[in-house]
Amino acid sequence: MAETIKTVKPAQRRLSGVNEFSINIGTANGSGSQTANLTLLRAIFKMGVPVSGKNIFPSNIQGLPTWYKIRVSQAGYAGRRQEADIVVAMNPDTFTEDQNDLVEGGLFLYDEDIKDPFDRDDMILVAMPIKKLLREAQPHKDLRKFVANMVYVGVLANLLGIEMEPIEQALEFHFKGKRSPIEFNLKVIQLAAQWAEENLDLDTPFRIEPRDLTDNAILVDGNTAGALGSIYGGMHFVSWYPITPATSLPEAMLEYAPKLRVDPETGKQTYVIIQAEDELAALGMVVGAGWAGLRAMTATSGPGLSLMAEYTSLAYFAEIPLVIWVVQRVGPSTGLPTRTAQGDINLSYYLGQGDAQHILLIPGTVGECFEFGWKALDLAEKYQTPVFVLSDLDLGKNQWMAEPFEYPDQPIERGKILWEEDLEKIKEDWGRYKDIDGDFIPYRTVPGNRHPNGAYFTRGTGHDEYANYSEHPQEWEKNLCRIKNKVDSSSTETPKPVVKKQRGAKNGLIAFGSTDSAVTEALDYLKQDGVKLDYLRLRAMPPAPEVLDFIRKHKKVYVVENNRDGQMHSILSLELPEKAADMTSLAHIDGLPLNAEWIRESILQEENL
Amino acid sequence: MAENNQKLNEIGLSKSDYKGKPSTLCLGCGHNAIVAQVIAACYEMNIPPESLVKVSGIGCSSKAPTYFMERSFGFNGLHGRMPSLATGALFGDTSLIGIGISGDGDTASIGMGQFKHVTRRNLPMLYIVANNGVYGLTKGQFSATAEEGLALKKQGQNRYVPVDIVWEAIAGRASFVARSFSGDPQQLKSLIKAGIHHKGIAVIDVISPCVTFNNQDESFHSYAWGKSHEVALHELSFVPPVRAIKVQYAQGETLEVPLYDGTHIILKKLAQDYEPTNRAKALQMLEEANDRNELITGLIYINPKQKSLFDLYDLPETPLNRLAADQLRPSPESLEEINQLMY
Repeated sequence: MAETIKTVKPAQRRLSGVNEFSINIGTANGSGSQTANLTLLRAIFKMGVPVSGKNIFPSNIQGLPTWYKIRVSQAGYAGRRQEADIVVAMNPDTFTEDQNDLVEGGLFLYDEDIKDPFDRDDMILVAMPIKKLLREAQPHKDLRKFVANMVYVGVLANLLGIEMEPIEQALEFHFKGKRSPIEFNLKVIQLAAQWAEENLDLDTPFRIEPRDLTDNAILVDGNTAGALGSIYGGMHFVSWYPITPATSLPEAMLEYAPKLRVDPETGKQTYVIIQAEDELAALGMVVGAGWAGLRAMTATSGPGLSLMAEYTSLAYFAEIPLVIWVVQRVGPSTGLPTRTAQGDINLSYYLGQGDAQHILLIPGTVGECFEFGWKALDLAEKYQTPVFVLSDLDLGKNQWMAEPFEYPDQPIERGKILWEEDLEKIKEDWGRYKDIDGDFIPYRTVPGNRHPNGAYFTRGTGHDEYANYSEHPQEWEKNLCRIKNKVDSSSTETPKPVVKKQRGAKNGLIAFGSTDSAVTEALDYLKQDGVKLDYLRLRAMPPAPEVLDFIRKHKKVYVVENNRDGQMHSILSLELPEKAADMTSLAHIDGLPLNAEWIRESILQEENL
Repeated sequence: MAENNQKLNEIGLSKSDYKGKPSTLCLGCGHNAIVAQVIAACYEMNIPPESLVKVSGIGCSSKAPTYFMERSFGFNGLHGRMPSLATGALFGDTSLIGIGISGDGDTASIGMGQFKHVTRRNLPMLYIVANNGVYGLTKGQFSATAEEGLALKKQGQNRYVPVDIVWEAIAGRASFVARSFSGDPQQLKSLIKAGIHHKGIAVIDVISPCVTFNNQDESFHSYAWGKSHEVALHELSFVPPVRAIKVQYAQGETLEVPLYDGTHIILKKLAQDYEPTNRAKALQMLEEANDRNELITGLIYINPKQKSLFDLYDLPETPLNRLAADQLRPSPESLEEINQLMY
């Protein structure tokens, strides 16, 4: 029987107007459009209006199509919208495609040199004389290619009412105060704005009106936030191998650590960052460093994580603290390297041969990228095990508005490390893998401890409580079960879920990570549709007791995620088999961030509305 | 603690303080002879066992760290991945002495990538390859260093040309490269001592016959072949710092190589007129010896001035792993400044 497909009226259409609209900008990669796009984004932010940007870019350095989606939202929505109120079409290759996403009666700005036909007749057209304006600006020939995009910044500034002062501030920031590029780009923007002023007379509802909603806010990407959180978390040792989209995390460390992690007294650096030859070596170095008492970490993405399986398994079994940031992209295989997904949940959670299950922290905001940056290092040392921080390309690489970073509210946790003076106090032999406190967490010493009883021999093979080689069946099982109990016991110490309840809601929704913005928006629309859902945002695995309670207490629970198989849905079903039948997977993957409209429609279908 | 009837070294330890667990390798395995010389060298050099770190990969060779210096931290890691493990571990406290034991499979097959990169980075550590040309723990497969045409029981004849670890190390810009033979304890011990004092990576390729799977008289990695084909470049002795010592070598026939810490290696020239400080000549000499079917042993290449990995980082006197927590977290004021930049 054919499925009945219901046409659901889009909810987002209601969002077009003052300080509430979206712009899609289509350009060619490597044409300097990122500078133009960030200038627009930052200028709107400076005018006090909440804004977010998403870079939908190709795996290419120059030439392939790239899009930038700016969402202006006084209501604070930061999720991706499929449709746009304004489209800027600079790339002949995507000219037709770019028309598809424009709302009825939307504004279509394009380079007048593109002579392709229009597919629709309901657009307000603005043909921008890019070449002519550039001739007037007389750029140096090397610069011409890169400043063409500043024309749409100027035209949009005029049409939307973006002032020149915040634009100048944005350029100042981007070019780090260098006068010549600032002035030249500004000149092009001003010429374009003037041309718009003199030649365009349009009646559109899209306007930026100054507000004070961003006064105390920051604009940052998740990878920078994670790098800073780790720096404030006292990371000692970072080894990494370049991979999209994780690279900018260690690169942000290279930028900020020299300023922040130099001892004021000695002038010496309190950290080491090494670019390894591959991910095998990157994690190998991190394991060595974690073993030697350094707060050690790496950042990678799917293919790199695959290579790290071997050392993760060793670190899990030999109980070595370390942190792996997984900035997820689309797999399988090389997949879509520059697109986003939440597809490495299973891989991370169970990484390694034999039995394995790891601690996952899942930040949903850039603020949490910072917070989990330092918390992950604490948890790794506390539980003496690998801790995975699961971010993704959308959160890691895009600019998000957020509250300023909050200074850690807990001192650095180094866990159970014994130094010489501690060993002096212990009369009997200590055992590296002996559970003395009854909390499954043994004590450890680290190389450099000069006490004659300090050393032990670490191995990935079977070992007894004193770290001696052992193939003894009972010792093996006891040790492996203790490790499981140890990891499970973290679920009361890892970040608790965030729960938002609605009065009278019988059903619930579970989501995690970067989909938060789209879920929050979808829930608002669903409320207007008459569907009430309690929302739990999962922030760590193994699941906290609150997560299991939430599932138990709701009649039906939707698990929303950006992958094909509903990986988190499967894991939660295993954790709570008696409620498995009451959990519904809403999983979707096409390389793009989930959007509120898809979530809304999926739930409306499930609720038979 | 030292037993009374045993001779003590200058730090009051007997040789038994340098021992490890009993070896579980085959009787007569060359690797046991390597272990004995590591123990002897460290004992004679008065190294506190607690200031040394042992690392290894996987294989017969990599079991060796269990059999020496039980009072040292040790880590038997993953197959072919010892170099990365050592790199991270030694940054914990750069005053520690690192000794890595690897094998020919561990270094020249699965671990070739990491081996080349650790030599390139010049990580200060002694890197011993116990090289027997064969996989022992999996019972007798060819390794990458097995010579072409070698016949093994289950494998038939080896089709491929071998990897020369010394050649790879020199090409990989290791700053100290030597070869020895587990049947030549005096030379091996001197090289181990010099390697420990060298500030950078010291690779010693030790031909170490496998008595169980690869000890046919005609095999390159056998005792018989080694004994009859070994050509030592020089008699070699290592001179500890400060101490005035009597060197027995005739004037005009010795070469002194000073190391960074005031120690010296003294090489007594034998047949060849060979200086081990020229990379191109070292490679040429290896090639010529290969044509003559000779096993060249001794210090083949050294550059005592090459910057080590630790020289590339401006680290504090206090080991990183002993920094107090408040030295690791920037101030609240600095975060306010950072927040101002986030735009």
